[in-house]
Amino acid sequence: MKRDTRLAWINGLLLPLLNVLTAFAATAVLFLLIGVNPLEAAETLLYGAFGYSEGIGYTFYYTTNFIFTGLAVAVAFHAGLFNIGGEGQAYIGGLGAGLAVFMLFPELSPWLMIPASVLGAMLFGGAWASVPGYLQAYRGSHIVITTIMFNFLAATLMVYLLVKVLREPGQMTPQTVLFPDNAWLPFVHDILPAFGLEMERSPLNLSILLAVFMCFLVWFFLWHTRLGYAIRVTGLNPHAAVYGGINQKKIIVVAMCISGALAGLVGINELIGYHHRIIMNFHLGYGFGGIAVALMGRNHPFGIVIAALLFGTLYQGGAELAFEWSNISRDIVVVMQGLVILFCGALEYMYKPTLIRWLAPVQEVRS
Amino acid sequence: MNFAIELQDIDKRFGAVHANDHVNLQVETGSIHGIVGENGAGKSTLMSILYGFYQADSGSIKIFGNEYQFTDSHEAIAAGIGMVHQHFMLVDNFTVLENVILGAEGGQLLAEGLQAARQSLKELEEKYGLDVDLDATVDSLSVGLQQRVEILKALYKGAKILILDEPTGVLTPQETDELFKIFAALKAQGVTIILITHKLREIMAVTDTVSVMRRGAMVAHLETPMTSESQLAEHMVGRKVLFNVNKEQVEAGDVLLSVKHLNWTDSQGVPRLKRINFDIRAGEVLGVAGVSGNGQSELLEVLSGITPIQEGSIQIKGQTFSPKEQANPAKMRTMGMAHVPEDRHKQGMVMEFRAAETAILGYHTDDELSNGPWLKPALGRERCADLMQAFDVRPDDVELKSANFSGGNQQKLILAREMEHNPDVLLIGQPTRGVDVGAIEFIHQKILAMRDAGKAVLLVSVELEEILSLSDRIMVLCDGEITGQMDAAKADERTLGMLMANAQQAHDPLQSIASGEGQS
Amino acid sequence: MKNTLISKTIKGVSLAIATSALSLSAMAADIKPAVVYSDAGKFDKSFSEAVWNNGVKRFMDETGIEVKEAEPTNLAQVEQYLKRLAKRGHSPIVAVGFSQTNAVLAAAQEYPDTQFTLLDGWAPEPNVQNVGFKEHEGSFLVGVLAAMKSESGVLGFVGGMDIPLISAFGCGYEQGAKYQNADIKVIQNMTGSTPAAFGNPSKGAELTRSQMESGADVIFAAAGGTGTGVYQAAADAGKYAIGVDSNQNHLHPGTMLTSMVKRVGEATYLSYTSAMEDNWQAGPVTLGLAEGGVDWALDEHNRPLITSQMEARVNDIKAKIIAGDIVVHDYRTDNACTY
Repeated sequence: MKRDTRLAWINGLLLPLLNVLTAFAATAVLFLLIGVNPLEAAETLLYGAFGYSEGIGYTFYYTTNFIFTGLAVAVAFHAGLFNIGGEGQAYIGGLGAGLAVFMLFPELSPWLMIPASVLGAMLFGGAWASVPGYLQAYRGSHIVITTIMFNFLAATLMVYLLVKVLREPGQMTPQTVLFPDNAWLPFVHDILPAFGLEMERSPLNLSILLAVFMCFLVWFFLWHTRLGYAIRVTGLNPHAAVYGGINQKKIIVVAMCISGALAGLVGINELIGYHHRIIMNFHLGYGFGGIAVALMGRNHPFGIVIAALLFGTLYQGGAELAFEWSNISRDIVVVMQGLVILFCGALEYMYKPTLIRWLAPVQEVRS
Repeated sequence: MNFAIELQDIDKRFGAVHANDHVNLQVETGSIHGIVGENGAGKSTLMSILYGFYQADSGSIKIFGNEYQFTDSHEAIAAGIGMVHQHFMLVDNFTVLENVILGAEGGQLLAEGLQAARQSLKELEEKYGLDVDLDATVDSLSVGLQQRVEILKALYKGAKILILDEPTGVLTPQETDELFKIFAALKAQGVTIILITHKLREIMAVTDTVSVMRRGAMVAHLETPMTSESQLAEHMVGRKVLFNVNKEQVEAGDVLLSVKHLNWTDSQGVPRLKRINFDIRAGEVLGVAGVSGNGQSELLEVLSGITPIQEGSIQIKGQTFSPKEQANPAKMRTMGMAHVPEDRHKQGMVMEFRAAETAILGYHTDDELSNGPWLKPALGRERCADLMQAFDVRPDDVELKSANFSGGNQQKLILAREMEHNPDVLLIGQPTRGVDVGAIEFIHQKILAMRDAGKAVLLVSVELEEILSLSDRIMVLCDGEITGQMDAAKADERTLGMLMANAQQAHDPLQSIASGEGQS
Repeated sequence: MKNTLISKTIKGVSLAIATSALSLSAMAADIKPAVVYSDAGKFDKSFSEAVWNNGVKRFMDETGIEVKEAEPTNLAQVEQYLKRLAKRGHSPIVAVGFSQTNAVLAAAQEYPDTQFTLLDGWAPEPNVQNVGFKEHEGSFLVGVLAAMKSESGVLGFVGGMDIPLISAFGCGYEQGAKYQNADIKVIQNMTGSTPAAFGNPSKGAELTRSQMESGADVIFAAAGGTGTGVYQAAADAGKYAIGVDSNQNHLHPGTMLTSMVKRVGEATYLSYTSAMEDNWQAGPVTLGLAEGGVDWALDEHNRPLITSQMEARVNDIKAKIIAGDIVVHDYRTDNACTY
C-alpha cells in the first residue's frame, strides 16, 4: 500500500476507532470504580440502543439531530471557520419552523406546510449564523466568540418570545399552542405498519430521511459545485483563494449561512417531528455534540453519519443505563459521553505520531 | 586569532532541500560580521542552528573556543549568544522591564527579580547608550525602541555575541543611524555582532568582514573594505549553468499591459513600489531583475489584482484599473491575464487538494468546467490529464494529492494551468525556484513559446542568467524603484549587478525611504 | 397558639399520614410508585431534592415500598421514562416540574389506567392529578416578615429563571411587603432566562451583593440552587435572607430570616399514600396556605430572629388570607403584578 493510502486509513478509520476504544476503556475503569461490571453495563447500553424497537427509534431520533449539527459544523469547518453556535442556530431554526407553520393557513396541505417549515427553519438558522459570519468577514470579530455569544442571545430571545409573545394563553409553561396536525411530520411508527412492519411508539420521525438527504446534498455541494470548491479552497489555503479570485469575505458569510441552515433543521426533527409546538430548550446539547461529531467524522458527510450514530447510541443507551442501574446516575452517563468527546475531540491526534511511526514511516531522503 | 564563533562543516537538510551545504564560518571576537544572501539562501537556517533552534545534521560549533552541541536556545543563551529576530518577540502590553526579564524571572515572586533587573539594566543602558524607559509598555514604543528592548533583553541574559536578523527592515533611516551607533558602542565594549541582511549598503557601512551565502552554501568570505556592493551582488546572485535557449527574434506587437506611476506602501508605512512605469508588448518578455525583496513580489500582487492599487494605474488590453476602478484576480483573469505566483505553496495551489482540484484553481467558474453552479469533476479530471500530458507532469495521476508531487512537477502543473488557458498577458514569478535542472529547460521553452505565440510576458526572477536568456527587455528593481531598463541584447551581468545594488546612486538609498516615509 | 394554627393548616397532610400508616400492612404490596425528577437533577438543593427528602425517601422509610426513580437529561427522555414506567406497571408516577407537562399528557393518553401526579404543571387528563401551589400566598407572608425586619426600607428578590411561576413569587412577596409598609421598596432581579438560572450560585451571590449595595437588607431567593449563593452573600454581609421550597433556615442560622416552604415532598407523599388507600383522585389540586401546601417556616434556627410581635402579625395575616379577607393577586392569572 502506498504511504498516502496508509495515512488516509490511519486518519480516517484507525484513529477514530482507537480514540473511541480508549474512551470506552476509560469508562470501563470508571464503572469498575463504582462497582458496576463494565460488560454488563455495555450490554444494557447496547440493548437500550438497539435491543427493542422503541430504543432503536430513540437512537435514530437523536442521531438525526447529531447529523444536522455535525453537518453544520463540518461545512463551516471546510471554510476554515469554527462554528460553536450550532445550539443557537438550532434553537432559532426551530422558531423559524414554528413561525412558518403559524403564519400559514392551518388547513393547508401538509405537502406545502412541511416544506414551508423546513424552509423556515433553514432561513432562520442561516440568518442567525450569518451575523457572526458577517462580523468575522467584514469586522474581524472572531467567529468562536461571536457564535458563542449568539447562543446566549438565542436563548434570551426565545425565552422572551415564549414567555411574552408566543405563549399559549392560560398556560404557565412557556410554549406555544400545538401545531395543526397537517404540520406534523409523520412518525416512523405510524408509517411502518403500511409496509407490514410493527414498531413501538418513539419520537423517530421522517426527519431522518431529511438528514440522510442532507448528507448527500452537503457531499455534493462541497465536492461538486463551484461554491463548494471555493469554500474548500478558502478553508485550506486562504492565500490561494485570493489568488484564485475567490471573494473570501463572501465565502465566509455564505458558509456560515449554510452551516446555520443545517443546524436549524434540528428544529424540524424536534418540533415539526416530535413536540409539535415550539417549546423551550429542545436544542440543548446537540450544537456542541455536533462539534464532536464533525471532528470524529472527519468533516465528511459519511463519517458524520457514523459519528452521529455513535452519539445517538450513547444518548439512548446512556438513558437506559441510568434508568436500569440504580448506581449509575445520569451524571455518570454525561461523564461517559464527555470521555468520548475528550478522546475523539480534544485528544484527537494523541495516537497519530505513534501510528504513523509504526505503520507509515517516512522514507529517509537520500541524495 | 581569537574567534568568537567557529562553525565547521555545518550541514542541514529539510527533506529534499539542502538548506546548509557544508558551511564554514569564522567570526573574530569584537568584530561586526555581515552575512548576505537572498531569501532562502540559508542564512536564517544557519543562525537558527547557531542559536539552538535546529540541530545540524553534521558539523561542529565552537563558541569562544569551546565546542557545543546545542539542543535548545537556552543552551545557546548560556554560551553567550543573543538573538534579535526580524519579528520582535515582545509582549505588547508588558512594560519594558517585564519583557526583559521574561524567561529570566529569577524565582516565583516577581518583585525581587524586577528590582535586581532594574539595577543591572540601568548599568547596561549606560554602558551601551541604549536609552529606553523601563516602565513604558512596549506597545507605546516606536519600532526602533522596541528593537532596543530586544537588544537589551539579549544583553541582560549575558550575550557576548549578538545576532541581528534583518534589523533595519522595519526602521526609518534615522532609527537605522541610531542602531548603527549602538553597534559601535557594543563593539567598543567587546561584543561580537553578526548582521544578517540583504541590504548591501548597510554591509558596506558597518561591517568589518562579510560572508556571502547562496543556495545553502557559503560562497565568499571577504574583508569589507576590500570589496564593493556590485561584487557582493554578483556573489549573491551567482552564475548558474543554464542550457542554451534558442531565441528567435520576434517583432513586438501592440502594447498589451501598460503600468503608469504605480506607488505602493505596505501596512508598516514602508514604500515598496515607487513610480513604476513600463509597457509590455505582444510577443515580448520583460524580465524583472533584482535582489529579492526589492518590490518584485508587491509588483506581481498589484498587477494580478491580489492587492488593491493605491496610486497609479494598470492598463490591460484597453481597460484601465486605478484606485477608483479596482481590479481583482477574477476580473484580471477574464481580461486575459494569467499569473504564476512566486510562492507556489502559499498561493498557487492547495496542498491538500488532489491534482485535479489544484488544476482548476482560479478557473473553477469557467463554463467549460461547470454547468451553472455545478462543477463537473469529470471535466476537471480530464482537463488535469490534458495539462499533465502537455507539460509532462509526473506522475500523471490526477487523483494524487498536490503535496505529493515534487517541486518541479508542482510548478509544471501550475504553469500548465496558467499557460494552457491561453492568456494574453502572463505574469510569472520565479518560474524555476526549487525546480530540478531537467524541468528548468522545459519551463524556459514553454515561456518562450508563449512569447512566440504573441503573448506579453512579465518574468520576475532572481536568477540573472534566466532573465538574460529569456527576456527581450530587462527592467531592474532596487528598493522599489526602477533603476534601469534596457534591451536584453545590451545587458550583461556586470551592469545588471550594478543596477541591482543601485551602485551608481551617490546618496544613501535609505534616504529615498525617508522621503516617502509615512506613519503606519 | 402557633401550634394550633400550624397543625390546623397541615391537617390534610397529617390526616393522610395517619391513615396511611394504619393501612400500611394491608396495602403495601399493591402499589408500584415511581418518580421522574426534573431535568435539573435529583439533588438540586431545592425542588427535586424536596420531593426526594420529604416525599420519596420518607415514603420508602415509612412503608418499605421501593419507589422507582428516574433522572432524565432532556425532554424526550422525560416522556420515554414516564412511558417506560407506566409500561412496567408503575403507578402512581410523580412527574416533577412544569417542564414535564407535555410528556405527562402524552404518557397519560397512552396509559389511561396509570395514575400520574404532575407537580406545578397542568395536564388535563382523566388520570392526571395536577398539583399546583399558591406560591403567591406563601410569598405574601414572608414579604410581611421581611418588611417588618427591614431597617433600610429596601427589600431584595432574586428569582431563578424568568418565567411567570417565579414572577408569582416576586409579586406575592412585594404585595406582602407593601401591605405591611406601603413605602417599602422591593428590588427584583432574575438570574437568567434558561434553566441554568436555577443552578448558578455565583450569579445569585453577585445579584445579592448588588441589591445590598442599593440598600436591601432582606433578600428572598426563589431560585432553586442559585439560592445558596444568595444566602451565603447575605450571611457574609450580615444581612437577612429568606429561603424557598424546603425549609432552609438551618443553612445560615442567624441570618436566615425564614423560608417560604412549598410542600412538594408532601404532595408526592400524599399521592403515594392516597393511592395505597385507594382514594387517589385525578384533577386539579391546588395547595395554598389553607391546605398547608405553602407556608412560612419557624424553627429553632430562626426563632431568635422572629419577635413575638412579628409572629403574631404574620399569623394574623395568614388567617385572613385563609379566610379570604385578604386576596393575594396571582401573577399568572394576567401576567402582571397588579394589586
